Amino acid sequence: MPRVIDTLRLTAEEARGLLDRREVSAAELRAAYREAIDARNDELHCFLTLVDDDGNEGVPIALKDVISTKGIETTAGSEILKGYVPVFDSTVAARCKAAGLQLLGKTNTDEFAMGSSTENSAFGPSRNPWDPTRVPGGSGGGSAAAVSAGLTPWALGSDTGGSIKQPSSLCGNVGLRPTYGTVSRYGIVAFASSLDQVGPVTKTVRDNALLYGIISGRDECDSTTVDVPAVELPDAEDLKGLRVGVPKELNEAEGIEPGVADAVRRAIGLCSELGADVGECELPRSVEYGLPCYYLIAPAEASSNLARYDGVRYALRREADGYYEMVSRTRDAGFGDEPKRRIMLGTYALSAGYYEAYYGQAQKVRTVISREFAAAFEHFDVLVSPTSPTVAFKLGEKTENPLAMYLADVLTIPPNMAGLPGLSIPSGLSEGLPVGLQLIGPQFSENTLFRAGHALERAIGFDPVPERLR
Amino acid sequence: MAITRDDVLHVAALARLELTEDEIARLEVQLNDILAAVGKVSELDLSDVPPTSHPLAVVNVFRPDEPRPSLPLEDVFANAPERDGDHFRVPPTGETAA
Repeated sequence: MPRVIDTLRLTAEEARGLLDRREVSAAELRAAYREAIDARNDELHCFLTLVDDDGNEGVPIALKDVISTKGIETTAGSEILKGYVPVFDSTVAARCKAAGLQLLGKTNTDEFAMGSSTENSAFGPSRNPWDPTRVPGGSGGGSAAAVSAGLTPWALGSDTGGSIKQPSSLCGNVGLRPTYGTVSRYGIVAFASSLDQVGPVTKTVRDNALLYGIISGRDECDSTTVDVPAVELPDAEDLKGLRVGVPKELNEAEGIEPGVADAVRRAIGLCSELGADVGECELPRSVEYGLPCYYLIAPAEASSNLARYDGVRYALRREADGYYEMVSRTRDAGFGDEPKRRIMLGTYALSAGYYEAYYGQAQKVRTVISREFAAAFEHFDVLVSPTSPTVAFKLGEKTENPLAMYLADVLTIPPNMAGLPGLSIPSGLSEGLPVGLQLIGPQFSENTLFRAGHALERAIGFDPVPERLR
Repeated sequence: MAITRDDVLHVAALARLELTEDEIARLEVQLNDILAAVGKVSELDLSDVPPTSHPLAVVNVFRPDEPRPSLPLEDVFANAPERDGDHFRVPPTGETAA
């Protein structure tokens, strides 16, 4: 009699164990996830494309639809890339394949990864498995919701301002935004190249370390990648000797909900109980100026990166009598509101007369932020804060107000500007919805984050299965 | 530094976006709101601070200059809206930019 596979609870590590011990076959495992997808994807809309058996025999995985997959449509959630079928694999997709991971499908994202709710996807929003009237966060809401709802054991996302950490927080997952340069961007649909990073979304910290081990490391095709320290699978249950800093500004920022602050405070209390030395610290300007800095630099880079969508080499074209008319018409028809807004903002910030005041000044603020974090890390190994100021919000709540939506990333952006790794782990519930704890370390400190995250995860004992699905 | 309708049209032309009247009106309001918020960076006196363009201290990454096969032409054109032999076909360019 075939074994019953509970995809809501099965971790990737356990799935690999079942395969290794031949207790289930790769096909049975795939079938179990397909069954879960059939049962719940109509409601949650996590997947944009489903993939049939790809011949691999390892643990299944889902990839955010900004990750190029050879022969499989890759849209970045945009009308302008609808029907685009990459002729090569991104490095991360190739590494997943080489590790034998079976691809289940491509997950929904805000258009070009620009957004915090998936409501900017040209193909409709995803929904939060804890409460389908709420957003799963974004831009990688499809990946986060799919992991949370047991539609895949793990997934990859991409994070520019918080697109892995924030949806992981809102869906009750473990999400890592790795140190800039540790994971190849080759074949990733580019948004803001000095910030974009691919990373794992998982149910446990150990799964996260396993998947990070598969995708990270220097890649000849991305000259911004570097050699990465060997990944250590965490097993320590204490935090003895770890110096944990609590940055005042990241923990007292305006807009942090009381229930979120409470859950994070309890987690900080656990750090002490587990043997860590906990102390306060300051990031005087990083939080206040982080968001403005990001919303100049990221749109500036986006306006340049998105210039490639010109109706010439691939994807959508709107016909016109002249070349420039064709390009302008194609771009107006193909881009949604948010990419247009960011292209316009970025083009303005880079234009003659405004460059120094906006883009140039933002680059200097970026230096200030890096220095403030470096100063904090002279005294601490890890900094902690809420990942998102709020729990999952209602669909439609922020769509009319771009600035309100941008604030969803106010706590994830500052470390991103400095190229720092950040791990979001569930730290409890507020109003029945998951709260994420953000652990920030110095560059290349992923092993420290995994160690701290694993010990805290055990101590917190969060049940990652949404209550309504138990 | 308020953004006017003319600014919106100028930037849209630079960005090659043929915006609708609705979009022009909406963007004029939204860009002003957003710029008021991000303009906050100008409060800081950072004349002595160097800019950061990249978060890692990586410079001059070289690789051996060895020829490698490129994508086959069939792959290059696989997603092209219009192909003419070994060329991408586009409408005539003999006009001034919009």
